[in-house]
Amino acid sequence: MEEDISVDAAIAGSYPEESEALPTRQHVTGFGFYVYLLSDGILFAALFAAFAVLRGATDGGPDGHALFSARNAFIETACLLTSSFTCGIAMLACDRRNRFMTLVGFLITAVLGVMFLTLEIREFSDLVARGAGPDRSAFLSSFFTLVSTHGIHVTCGLLWLAVLLVQFLGRGFTPAMMRRFLCFSLFWHVLDVVWIGIFTFVYLIGGYL
Amino acid sequence: MFGKLTLQAIPFDQPIIMGTCLAIIIGILAILGLITYKRRWAWLWTEWLTTVDHKRIGIMYILLAAVMLLRGFSDAIMMRSQQALASANAQGFLPPEHYDQIFSAHGTIMIFFMAMPFVVGLMNFVMPLQIGARDVAFPVLNSISFWLTAAGALLINISLGVGEFARTGWLAYPPLSELPFSPGVGVDYYLWSLQISGVGTLLSGVNLVTTILKLRAPGMTLSRMPVFTWTALAANMLIIAAFPILTATFAMLLADRYLGMHFFTNDGGGNPMMYINLIWTWGHPEVYILILPAFGIFSEVIATFSRKPLFGYRSMVVATMVITLLAFTTWLHHFFTMGSGADVNGFFGITTMVIAIPTGVKIFNWLFTMYGGRVRFTSPVLWTIGFMVTFTIGGMTGVLLAVPPADFVLHNSLFLIAHFHNVIIGGVVFGCFAGLTYWFPKAFGFRLHEGLGKAAFWFWLVGFYLAFMPLYVLGFMGMTRRMNHYDDPAWLPYLLVAECGAVCILIGILLQIAQLVWSIRKRDQLRTNARDPWDGRTLEWSTTSPPPAYNFALLPKADTVDAFWEAKQEVAEPAEQAYESIEMPKNSWLGFAISFFAVLGGFGMIWHIFWMGVLSLLAIVALLGWYSWDEDDEYELTPYDIDRLERVTIHAG
Repeated sequence: MEEDISVDAAIAGSYPEESEALPTRQHVTGFGFYVYLLSDGILFAALFAAFAVLRGATDGGPDGHALFSARNAFIETACLLTSSFTCGIAMLACDRRNRFMTLVGFLITAVLGVMFLTLEIREFSDLVARGAGPDRSAFLSSFFTLVSTHGIHVTCGLLWLAVLLVQFLGRGFTPAMMRRFLCFSLFWHVLDVVWIGIFTFVYLIGGYL
Repeated sequence: MFGKLTLQAIPFDQPIIMGTCLAIIIGILAILGLITYKRRWAWLWTEWLTTVDHKRIGIMYILLAAVMLLRGFSDAIMMRSQQALASANAQGFLPPEHYDQIFSAHGTIMIFFMAMPFVVGLMNFVMPLQIGARDVAFPVLNSISFWLTAAGALLINISLGVGEFARTGWLAYPPLSELPFSPGVGVDYYLWSLQISGVGTLLSGVNLVTTILKLRAPGMTLSRMPVFTWTALAANMLIIAAFPILTATFAMLLADRYLGMHFFTNDGGGNPMMYINLIWTWGHPEVYILILPAFGIFSEVIATFSRKPLFGYRSMVVATMVITLLAFTTWLHHFFTMGSGADVNGFFGITTMVIAIPTGVKIFNWLFTMYGGRVRFTSPVLWTIGFMVTFTIGGMTGVLLAVPPADFVLHNSLFLIAHFHNVIIGGVVFGCFAGLTYWFPKAFGFRLHEGLGKAAFWFWLVGFYLAFMPLYVLGFMGMTRRMNHYDDPAWLPYLLVAECGAVCILIGILLQIAQLVWSIRKRDQLRTNARDPWDGRTLEWSTTSPPPAYNFALLPKADTVDAFWEAKQEVAEPAEQAYESIEMPKNSWLGFAISFFAVLGGFGMIWHIFWMGVLSLLAIVALLGWYSWDEDDEYELTPYDIDRLERVTIHAG
């Protein structure tokens, strides 16, 4: 069995002297979460593709021109983009260990997120009330599924942020907190990117062009 | 209160189903009784159910796959027997509505709950050891992934005794799978169990890609990664890119069935062909998710047992990556008959044929690795050679099918069935068995019995050819797939030969079970040079068998692809190496708890017991929140602990 030990030593080589340090946990978690977000992007890509295919399949019902309000979509966009900005401010404050600004930044992010959701829910209930619900036509099925999948993501993000803020109040800038804030901000920015796609392809091109 | 669930859901009038269920229930009770009798519940909970150790999770994946292989094979031999009996005036022993469930369940279970867990399990066990890592990047997530897969498997098997399974084939094409044509719970069982296990697979893909890209041992650049790790990287990148499409597609079909939407319905502007397109943009990459790791296994096996470095390492890596990319360019060849026109069909026919080029490169690389080597004909090598011959035949029939005009004749015939079993059994299944035999001593410290393993191989190989070569002929004779009964007596002789083949494979499986039992009972005789039984080349053979929870007491270093082989060639000076502290992940009940509620919630949704579905979802959210409260998810092994543990293992080894 002595041979085994020496093989170990040979394999291990002169490792500790060399400066090829393994990445930190923060780095690995951030990377892994980023990979997850890429897969989420593909989920949305499939839904976008379905929308593109079914856009004209209105089954004699209303199409995008008749239904969408550019004003509403614009305000939604403004809410979400601003919330991404405040989320970025909060992350900068995190880096400087500024407790107050972190909290304020994330709180504004949350409020803007809630405003976005409120507008979206109002739009949805308005459409349903006008007889243009998701069961009306294939076009509306794909519209509701695409947009509400984004909305569900925003809802999950808000729940997540609420838990994070409660934890943050209790324990401050621990390494775990920093990791989670990093992942949350990545998540929130990606939702923004997806929304820009929705705004462009669904509301602008689908509603006006 | 209980939605659509009533006592009538249990098919008391079906003796085959009731007998099977009774046997399963007795089996489960016997196992539970044995655990209770041996007082092993605490052991089971701490050592297995809550473990986050990638090696144990890998072993559990493979155990799940083995059990599901038995289930899927039972379906297969029932179908073969039905077709051997139901010629001309005879009707066989399976009524059509039962037969339709069997072929749907066979395909679904074999792909999602046999092949996938087997491949994912091998990657889970081997890959971190090969790259010299202490665990995967996210150990708790790994446990969640496994338990979600197990939850899906449990749900799909519940459908055997409670309600029914889909009668739609393994991909549940609409409009047949839509509510007007499949009003029962069968399609819902299919959709919910695959949604749940699909999330598990996706998370596992994220986990393993992160592990490979971020946690390799010092010195192991990408171009020094063992080929199995390369193929694992490729397969997991495909999982990340393909499984979200499956999730989205099933979500749309669920929306059609539960919310009255019109994605794939005949009315309301729905587009069933969109489902076929979407499902195959997942489905074609899926076959590479399965076969690429098998290619990696064969590469490791053939290099080790030829005592040579793998021939053409670089071309092997390039071929793997080319296949990964091309995987997304061929999906339409599954439905040339849809009528996309000559240009589109021609494009996809060519992309399909192009894939044969990198695959051919691989075959030649394996051959040249053996050439001039001192090949030891152990059972992993037999599986590999069996694979090379069988897979080449399957590949060539695949190129035949890639010619659109030929496909118009052969589409949906038994020729197609023979082709994909040719590549999946000859490729994926043989690969999994080669990998199982090859890495078994690493996992448990003793080898599997060689004689029984070789006997199992020969029964599988001969059985495979007997079972599937006649199907090629039957395809040319015009026999379509999924037939419960046929009038043409000329088909019967071929189907009888196929039945004999299925029986041979059954004997092969029984021999494998015997091999496992015999090897466990006689394990002390089989425990020779436990650390490195095959004279291996890569880092997994440098640690003890079984490896300690932390894999390597001292992190290894890799200067070449065959790092361990090179290290063995040097005269090693026993350098004084001080152990350093290791941060170890704590056990976690989270995965088990989440999957408990996933089963409950899935069952609730299937049977329209919506309160149960909603409550289960809330429970999962609450569990995640609760779990996140405790940041203290690691414990530290001090150098003193490691020293003590290492002494114990060395004496035991």
